[in-house]
Amino acid sequence: MFALTHQLLSGLAMGSIYACVALAIVMIYQATRLVNFAQGEMAMLSTYLAWAMIQAGVPYWAAFFLTVAISFVVGAAIERLVIRRFDGAPVLTVVIVFIGLLVIINSVAGWLFTYEIQTFDSPFPDTARFGAGYISPHEMGAIGVTLVMLALIYAFFRFTPLGLAMRAAAQNPVSARLVGISVGRMLAIGWGLAAAVGAVAGMMAAPIVYLDPNMMGGILLYGFAAALLGGIDNPWGAAAGGFLVGVLENLAGAYLVGSEIKLSVALAIIVGVLVAKPSGLFGRVVVTRV
Amino acid sequence: MAALLETRRLSAFYGQTQALFDVDLTVEERGVTAVLGANGAGKTTLLRALCAMVRRQGEILFEGAPFNPREAEEAARRRIAHVPDGRGTFLELTVEENLRLGAYTRKDRSEVARDLKRAFDHFPRLEERRRQQAGSLSGGEQQMLAISRALMLRPRLLLLDEPSFGLAPLVVKDIFRILRAINRDEGVSMLIVEQNANLALDLADRAFLLETGRVAVSGASSEVRADESVRRVYLGY
Amino acid sequence: MSLASAAAMPIEMRARWFAIAVVLVAAVALPFVTSGYQTFQLSQVVVYAVALLGLNLLTGVNGQISLGHGAFFAIGGYAAAILIVKLHVPYAFAIPIAGVVCFVAGFLFGLPALRLGGLYLALATFALAMATPQLLKFKAFDAYTGGVQGLLLTKPQAPLGLPLTRDQWLYLLCLAFAAPLFWAASNLVHSRIGRALIAIRDHPIAAETMGVDAALYKTTTFGVSAAYTGVAGALMSLIVGFVSPDSFGLFLSLSFVVGIVVGGLASIPGVVVGAVFIEFIPNIADSIADVFGESAKAMPWAIYGLLLILIMYAAPSGAAGAGRKLVAAVARLRRA
Repeated sequence: MFALTHQLLSGLAMGSIYACVALAIVMIYQATRLVNFAQGEMAMLSTYLAWAMIQAGVPYWAAFFLTVAISFVVGAAIERLVIRRFDGAPVLTVVIVFIGLLVIINSVAGWLFTYEIQTFDSPFPDTARFGAGYISPHEMGAIGVTLVMLALIYAFFRFTPLGLAMRAAAQNPVSARLVGISVGRMLAIGWGLAAAVGAVAGMMAAPIVYLDPNMMGGILLYGFAAALLGGIDNPWGAAAGGFLVGVLENLAGAYLVGSEIKLSVALAIIVGVLVAKPSGLFGRVVVTRV
Repeated sequence: MAALLETRRLSAFYGQTQALFDVDLTVEERGVTAVLGANGAGKTTLLRALCAMVRRQGEILFEGAPFNPREAEEAARRRIAHVPDGRGTFLELTVEENLRLGAYTRKDRSEVARDLKRAFDHFPRLEERRRQQAGSLSGGEQQMLAISRALMLRPRLLLLDEPSFGLAPLVVKDIFRILRAINRDEGVSMLIVEQNANLALDLADRAFLLETGRVAVSGASSEVRADESVRRVYLGY
Repeated sequence: MSLASAAAMPIEMRARWFAIAVVLVAAVALPFVTSGYQTFQLSQVVVYAVALLGLNLLTGVNGQISLGHGAFFAIGGYAAAILIVKLHVPYAFAIPIAGVVCFVAGFLFGLPALRLGGLYLALATFALAMATPQLLKFKAFDAYTGGVQGLLLTKPQAPLGLPLTRDQWLYLLCLAFAAPLFWAASNLVHSRIGRALIAIRDHPIAAETMGVDAALYKTTTFGVSAAYTGVAGALMSLIVGFVSPDSFGLFLSLSFVVGIVVGGLASIPGVVVGAVFIEFIPNIADSIADVFGESAKAMPWAIYGLLLILIMYAAPSGAAGAGRKLVAAVARLRRA
């Protein structure tokens, strides 16, 4: 029973990281109908940035918020400078551009920081005050940070004029323009937010999976699985999907297939959802006119 | 009185295909101009050209100065409100959110709140449904919502694309009555594109008839109404 | 068509056949003038060309995006290795059998792929590429796959006591498989079936209403594409003498994508350019690394990424497109 509870809780912790990645993916998907294959690498580079700052003596939380801010700016810049130029291009072209971004960012990280694995300390104190044994302080912290961030983003989209404008621009760009919304600027902000969310995911993941240029590959895959499972056009479904996938991964790893082929669990979820119910658990079925 | 809006030799293109040819039209200050014509005559294209939604050539003068929008969002910033064909409602947002978006470019928060209240006074049914998803409203209600949203901009010029489309006759009568009141009481100038020539000519003081992208007949609406060809083809008698 | 251009046509076709003959003769002659290692590299170019041909048929011609063709390369390589090492099948038979195995695998993957539009198929194949090394290391299959270590193969000698080194023989073996495969692919693309595949890529709904059985074509193309890449994988296992799980990761699949983009999507001759590219760029980068330090090892991929984006922006039809434009420009100059 202890083992099961432990698996569930650490599954939720990893799941919170998947939820962040899934949210970032869905935010971009909702606004552009595109999947950002480079999301994981962007998060990884952000995490390295934080690490470099911490190594240079910057206190953890200062580095954390600085990284989030810088990631926002860089994300918006990538949209403005790279992605915008391929507006309206065929799907294959855009996918290739994303793959290009993926490998560039991955190799830049490898060049700047080498492929040596680094440790990344958790900001949450090692001495567990409660839940000892069931869940580590960092895992609890990760879940907490994720929930706070989800709440903030929800509030932003629901209650602020800018959030409303972004929702409008994503749903109906033509009408949005007619009320004076600069759709291009909304897209850039959306990318910035997604990059910021990804940065948080990376910084929460690094103490668990250790820091190296390839750390986000598997996490990205699980983020995709979560986004699809929850419904790729539903950000809250995607977040819920993240927690679900985290738990599924742990349980499958512990009781079904062993931990070595966990990535195939993600593959199975992705193919399964796409074939059986492409709109996911909480998404909408979209009927397109021929 | 100088025209609020004037186009000179306005042409518009979809890709390589030209859809409008040297259109000259005007909308007077506090006036209503109707643009009539059959399907495919270029009426919607005209409104789109005014808002930089299609490639265009020629001049546009607004409030006496040249108006050269490169992006559609510039129209709203100059207080030109465009209610597109199909109404352009944000279907997944609530009624209230739709209305607030109409005021997106405005900075005067208390005035916006007052305008919101006024919109609900004009259209009590919208107030009943203020927290409902806009997509769940009937056709007539969505049209009222679209017009209200446009009015939230406090526009100088209102562009309306086929406000009667797909609506029951009684609902249409209602809407045109409201449009007349808005024009008369609040002085909002309007450019209305309509297939229903009777209704449009009743409301407008000037009218332009488009045929395959060119102005075929133009003048005061009473003149246009009396014109032989217009009567036979568009008014049915 | 004017009389002048009608007379010109046979000359162009004759020129084309002549060029192909020259290339073939040169290709066969090459291993006799290059060193052992260079011959090995050329063999890899041939193998990559076949692999890229497979991917190009699926993605370039038929429009189904695959970011996971490394998986079929792996299946081909492992199938051949298992047949040769565990089941003692002669290598000449193991290669085509591996191709058939991959055809089946590709066809089966193509069935669920029917439901997936471009972006989602890219996602699913991306997941496949990432999951492949782990699946190859799966403990339950260890007896066949050799687990983390993989399998070792003995590189074959030239048969009948022919005076060829192993490298030369392997190169000619690859060429012997590649030439007919190229010929078949070229015929396919220029045939009615090829046009149907292109129609499915560009106007899927219209193609269906014109009576093209899109589902059958698409799954079969997936199978054929996998078979080509699988044969390439099988040949590669012979050339390098081993298969191991970590050589078949995500970046292998991505380098295939780079190859077909650089060479030109849907271009048959372009895959040779793409293959040369992905074979030699890492080498060049390594030499640069010797000068600029270890971290420059990351350079090939930075270059790949930059090229992917630049090519998509400026020259979406890759080297083949540039080549065509060059030929057209030269033709215009001649006529002027």
